[in-house]
Amino acid sequence: MTGAALSEPKRTAPIGLLVKALGGLRQSVAGIAAGIFVLRDQGPIFWVALAVIVVVMLIQIVAAWLQWHRLTYHVGAEDIRLESGVLARAARSVPYERIQDVSLEQGPLARLFGLVEVRFETGAGGADDLSLTYLTVPEGEALRELVRARRDDLPEAGGAGEPAAPPATTLFAMGPRRVLTFGLFEFSLAVIAVLFGVTQQFDFLLPFDIWDFDLWQENLAGPGAQLAGLGLAAQVLGGLLAAASLIALGLATGVVRTSLREWGFLLERTERGFRRRRGMFTRTDVVMPVHRVQAMTLGTRLLRRLFGWHGLSFVSLAQDAGSANHVVAPFGKVEELWPVARAAGFTPPADHASWHRACPAYRFDSMLLAAMIGVVPAAGLVGFGYYAFALIPLAIGTVLALGNWIAWQNALHTLDARQILSRRGWLAPRLDIAPRVKLQSVDFRQGPLGRWHGYGTLHLGLAGGTFEIPGIPEARAREVRTAVLASIAEADFSALNRG
Amino acid sequence: MDEPVAIAEPVAALPLVDDDEELTPLHPDHVKVLRIQACLATVPFLGGALVLEGAGVLPLGAIFVPVAALAGWFVLRAPLRRYSARGYVMGDDRLRVVRGLLFRSDSVVPFGRVQHIDLDQGPLERMYDLATLTVHTAGTHNASVRLPGLLNADAVAMRETIRAHIRRETL
Repeated sequence: MTGAALSEPKRTAPIGLLVKALGGLRQSVAGIAAGIFVLRDQGPIFWVALAVIVVVMLIQIVAAWLQWHRLTYHVGAEDIRLESGVLARAARSVPYERIQDVSLEQGPLARLFGLVEVRFETGAGGADDLSLTYLTVPEGEALRELVRARRDDLPEAGGAGEPAAPPATTLFAMGPRRVLTFGLFEFSLAVIAVLFGVTQQFDFLLPFDIWDFDLWQENLAGPGAQLAGLGLAAQVLGGLLAAASLIALGLATGVVRTSLREWGFLLERTERGFRRRRGMFTRTDVVMPVHRVQAMTLGTRLLRRLFGWHGLSFVSLAQDAGSANHVVAPFGKVEELWPVARAAGFTPPADHASWHRACPAYRFDSMLLAAMIGVVPAAGLVGFGYYAFALIPLAIGTVLALGNWIAWQNALHTLDARQILSRRGWLAPRLDIAPRVKLQSVDFRQGPLGRWHGYGTLHLGLAGGTFEIPGIPEARAREVRTAVLASIAEADFSALNRG
Repeated sequence: MDEPVAIAEPVAALPLVDDDEELTPLHPDHVKVLRIQACLATVPFLGGALVLEGAGVLPLGAIFVPVAALAGWFVLRAPLRRYSARGYVMGDDRLRVVRGLLFRSDSVVPFGRVQHIDLDQGPLERMYDLATLTVHTAGTHNASVRLPGLLNADAVAMRETIRAHIRRETL
């Protein structure tokens, strides 16, 4: 079942079987030894158990040999193919153009036998990558050279039209004043949980027993009795003071945590891409190649929006270490953030853009479903005669339905010449923008209700993130899909990532 | 800024699920594979029904008959309906896969975004010389699209077409 394979199918190194077997044995040897030790005086049972162990091991050896025998790889003219499986056959083809790099890994055992694990890294990263365990070192190195040579043969297709980058221009920076302001909006009560945990762990260090209830009662009986005698006004004042100190604590926590993380925030446009440095004690330095940027999000939060503060983050290819979402400007005015987005090739929505909503049938269905969450338990309560209590779930259902109506009202999407834009949220709106050429696939899904009313959810495949438009009418979905596919057809994935 | 340029471009008509665009049906033997799978899946339920029947709590056949009828639907009718709900279109530069009875899904994967291609044959599929083609993209959502029930030779040919396209695009 091969197509244009040049070379003969090859097997992995047979001695690799031994390495794998030894690796497996290392895990089970303790169990077997324990079994033998426990059963050593049991006579016949001991021999039966030993026979079982030997038979199981023989079966495993035969199975491993069969698997090895049926696993072959071809180094073809255009791709590397791996065929495997004894009963179920699987064949995987990885084109050279998609292989980003070949890594060779050696465990201690493999090293002893001169073997390597060859791993082919493709775009998506993670578990789907192809790997060969084990090849001999010369074979592995030859394979790596071959793949690298093949890849370098390919002409350097230009990236997705990035501007030529002048050396290191500062795009966004935050001074101490900005960081402190940012901290005030990062109110957090996490410290209270931490304090509580610490008192539990280190209570032996305190000069008194913090968990002794009687001691607390004694203390309260003295000054506490005075407090109780101060009357209502003083008690209210005390409550307010307690609340104020809680707020102060939350604000202080926010300022400290934010300062530690964001101190000296600096985002630069360098030759290699966006370079972000931040942090007070642990300073991080991240470089994100421009062509890896897949989409952007301009977001805000409830309170900070009143003062005009927003944050900008990019979605990047998943393999860029850690979180796929890269904060490039966490706290700034909108007019400060757009230049950063523009540097990555994003353009803000035009003033006259025609924004589309989800269809009204979708609003009706989602409101109805949300209301059902309240109506069903309410009906149950009425059935049991608790008329007054039935109002509670009814109120919850009404609020949920209203929430869906507001969400519908504020969820909009539009297309411009190159991008797809989506906006959602009422009190804290966010704007997502993805260049259409960077999308991976288009998937239109309809549930039973959606098929009945002619709407569905459009999922756009995005490397390292999600982009979806729920409740989109069929006709509009067709329009968007045609536009997206036309844009995708303009450039191949490899061309996008060769920036 | 919405309607102009890109949308107006006459890209091949790509109608959605309920349109008349001709989907290529899967190989008819796919129904047999689905039926055998359904058979295997219903065996425990039939066994359980027989055991309950043997306990004799309810009148004769009160459990077994409905369970058997349901199993019959799953083995005889459901695979036919699932088969007719599935289909694909192999375009010049994209693969479209439609599937689902209750929850419809209509995916389009442009060849220019395919990362790698899998060709799988389970034991049942091998009996009928069928194969499952899976194309993987770098997307996070819906990263791999499966297309089962292809004749093995067709699946290999499709893989070669997609491969050739990737090669051509990159050069």
